[in-house]
Amino acid sequence: MRKIKKQKIYLLALLLPFIMFVIGFEIGPLVAMIKNSFYADDGIQVTIDQYLTIFKSEFYLQAIKNSLVISVFSAITSVIVAVIAAYSFTKFSQKIQNRLLMVTNMTSNFEGIPLSFSYIILLGNNGLFTLLFAKIGWDLFADFNLYSWTGLILVYIYFQIPLAVMLIYPSYQGIRQQWKEASSLLGGSTFSFWLRIGVPVLLPSIVGTFSILFANAMGAYATAYALVGSNYNILSLQIASLVASDVALKPQLGSALGVLLATTMIGAMWFNERMMRRVRRDLR
Amino acid sequence: MKSSLTFHKLFVGLLVIYLLIPLVGTLLFSIAGKWDHTILPESYTLKWYIELFQDERFYDAFRRTLFLIVISVGLSVVIMLPTIFIITVYFSKWEGLLQAAAMLPYGVPPIVGAVGLIKLYSAGPIQIAGTPWILIGAYFITILPFMYQGIRNSLRTLNAVQLVDAAELLGATKFQAFRTVVFPNIISGILVSTLLSVSLLFSEFAFANLLVGGRFETLQIYLSDKLNSSGHLTSAIVITYYSMILLLTGTVLKLTFRNKRNPVGSK
Repeated sequence: MRKIKKQKIYLLALLLPFIMFVIGFEIGPLVAMIKNSFYADDGIQVTIDQYLTIFKSEFYLQAIKNSLVISVFSAITSVIVAVIAAYSFTKFSQKIQNRLLMVTNMTSNFEGIPLSFSYIILLGNNGLFTLLFAKIGWDLFADFNLYSWTGLILVYIYFQIPLAVMLIYPSYQGIRQQWKEASSLLGGSTFSFWLRIGVPVLLPSIVGTFSILFANAMGAYATAYALVGSNYNILSLQIASLVASDVALKPQLGSALGVLLATTMIGAMWFNERMMRRVRRDLR
Repeated sequence: MKSSLTFHKLFVGLLVIYLLIPLVGTLLFSIAGKWDHTILPESYTLKWYIELFQDERFYDAFRRTLFLIVISVGLSVVIMLPTIFIITVYFSKWEGLLQAAAMLPYGVPPIVGAVGLIKLYSAGPIQIAGTPWILIGAYFITILPFMYQGIRNSLRTLNAVQLVDAAELLGATKFQAFRTVVFPNIISGILVSTLLSVSLLFSEFAFANLLVGGRFETLQIYLSDKLNSSGHLTSAIVITYYSMILLLTGTVLKLTFRNKRNPVGSK
């Protein structure tokens, strides 16, 4: 009996480094941020002023709104493209499907600073396409400005699409050929198969993918930083400039914005988890 | 029916072109000599790469990134392997807690994590903000979900609990059971999550920029600093960097594929 107890203590001791890392770099910072968000700018007085400031400030509400809009918009667009693309994938031979998945996998790693840079040399002020279009005389792109909302959305959609395809593609594997046969034997058309069977089966994974993409865009920082610097008012850039810039540090306000961002993202992740449980009963 | 296949071909074709254009464009730009008013470059040159590979700063940044990756991924393997093993085998009632701790980073983006880390480590007893050490801690947490999933899945497919029971029944100690039975069988599973973590940290910018910035210039910081200099040179950096990522993910894909065809332990 005593031996077993002693052994357990040794085993618990082996868990210590992990617990220290989790407390020091995961839970600790989160708690510090939440606590800090309830202090006034002087860091002494306890108050909920920081949150009031945010909800009264047009500037920060705009940042939140911009982040939400860009995330929702890029997530919806990417999900739509991915739903069609993943379905199209299934029409090809297995070998080609593997190739296509490889392309999406490879391009999904092209994000952040390198991606923004790539867009700058293609569509920036002196970009290859910008110059080319100007030469051909396509007016459509004359007003295009990469360092703006449109540019930002374009780049966000680019890094969301491969991820969306990879997340949605597996759920098409769950739709069996037999279901289609059964449905048509019972007199259903292709349309009614998708309406009554296909889409309902796919829906949880579509919604789940949407929430992952949404969170992905909400938290994105590098891409926006490289593209618009601090010229554009989105949440992640504002938090960064409040806690780690050379001018106007307001860590308490930054913490409050951070709490709001984390709440949104954890909410989205929780929602995805719920949806995944619906698709995959095996997850318990 | 045929027209619909044309649609699929067209759609997938456009998608692939859309996805590859930025990469191909950057690649061409990095080897272009003169390229002002034609669709394809007028002349090609490798001088941008030569210039890049002669830049001491590039090597230094690369070394720093490598240092951070080796330390944090190494620490993660050394710490997570026994932790997950001990919890799944001996303290299974805590598995939920472990999972929650391991998956939390998914919901906390670096930009949020950095807020608390700056607060915690810029004053007080441990002042490591602005040093590489804070990055190692942050990176340990960043790769936690991947390491956790990789190790836990390998342990599950292996039926680690039963194997250890059997080994102990045959007279092995816990450590022996882990070292000689469990460990050899999960190496390949761990390798995949290790490589994934390496490629993830390779492209990490947010923490590096917010916590340390120019004081410890990593590859990504170097790249962002070069954004405003010669486009050709920056293209060469992007392509070099992306080739490394491709090499890593390529290996991951290959290993995953091999593991699927040839499940762990069936050798």
